[in-house]
Amino acid sequence: MIDDSHLHAQPSSEKELFVAFTLLALQGFGGVLAVAQRVLCEQRRWLTREQFVDILAVAQVLPGPNVCNVALMVGDRFFGWRGAFAALAGMMAVPLVIVLILTALYAQYAVNTMVSGALRGMGAVSAGLIVGTGIKLVGALRSNPMQAPVCGALLGAAFAAVALLRWPLVWIILALGVVACAYAWLRLRSRFEMPSQS
Amino acid sequence: MSGSDLIALFGHFLLLSLLSIGGAITVAPDMHRVMVNQMGLLSDAQFNASIAIAQASPGPNVLFVAVMGYQAAGLAGAAATLLGIMLPSTTLALAAARWGHTRREWRAVQAFKAGMAPIVVGLLFATGWILSAQTPGWHHILLTIAAAIMVWRTRVHLLLLVAAGALCGAMGWV
Repeated sequence: MIDDSHLHAQPSSEKELFVAFTLLALQGFGGVLAVAQRVLCEQRRWLTREQFVDILAVAQVLPGPNVCNVALMVGDRFFGWRGAFAALAGMMAVPLVIVLILTALYAQYAVNTMVSGALRGMGAVSAGLIVGTGIKLVGALRSNPMQAPVCGALLGAAFAAVALLRWPLVWIILALGVVACAYAWLRLRSRFEMPSQS
Repeated sequence: MSGSDLIALFGHFLLLSLLSIGGAITVAPDMHRVMVNQMGLLSDAQFNASIAIAQASPGPNVLFVAVMGYQAAGLAGAAATLLGIMLPSTTLALAAARWGHTRREWRAVQAFKAGMAPIVVGLLFATGWILSAQTPGWHHILLTIAAAIMVWRTRVHLLLLVAAGALCGAMGWV
């Protein structure tokens, strides 16, 4: 694995953001998150893995499509609202045209078994891309102020509640989130109170 | 479809936008209730096809919302549903991100980020699990695991992995 925590680059303009997010979105079949992580952290190095998880946390908790929220926040961080708009427009404009064209064509090819088989295979791979991205982002938890066993337990609980028990996401985020943030608050005490004692 | 129907659809999607924690797909059951059962704009088959088409085409999955609008009322319908689902959540996300970023040194903001990080990663695994569990059969799961390992350990282009999946599927192996 390549350590990407110390390298930082920046987009030079809103146009570069727009183009980058367009290219990124066009590589994302069945979900853009895996591509976003790879392009933003590993290829363009605009974000560290830790920053990506930070942004993803806010994007997941708020309503709205996660990857669109990620695009907005990344764009906003570099160029304010113009950047946010450029990144979001890049994420959506060209894919929107493509999906509407595909919709118009769909009726003719829906019955073709090769086409439906290909879609199934792409679905299996896109599930794998998300899991692989999850494995990579586990590494970003190393710098977390909560200890590894606690992080592991929270991760496992979130997975089980959503994937196995199929509980509503809102309640899982609220319940687990409150516990986790309260615990993180306590763990951060030393970092925030030590300087005033010395 | 009449203008008042379009406005009603737009209004309903504005509301759903604020409820769509975890993505637009989480409020899909309510879209089904309104567009298929209540307003009769789409058939069941059209509704399911909308999600499948968006999954198979590049870009964010939220575009399934535009496909539904398009099938119901052409481009005007697509504009009504997509703008409706995006405007409130986008505004909120931008405001919240700025609020948090200017206060990033606050203990509460740092506690929020640290606390949510493992949960967010857990949700990624859950999403992968749910996507993979939609289709039965071990061939399918094998392909998912192989793709996960390739993403994790190698720098193979992601499009190449997707193309390999499409090929496996088209050949009838999964």
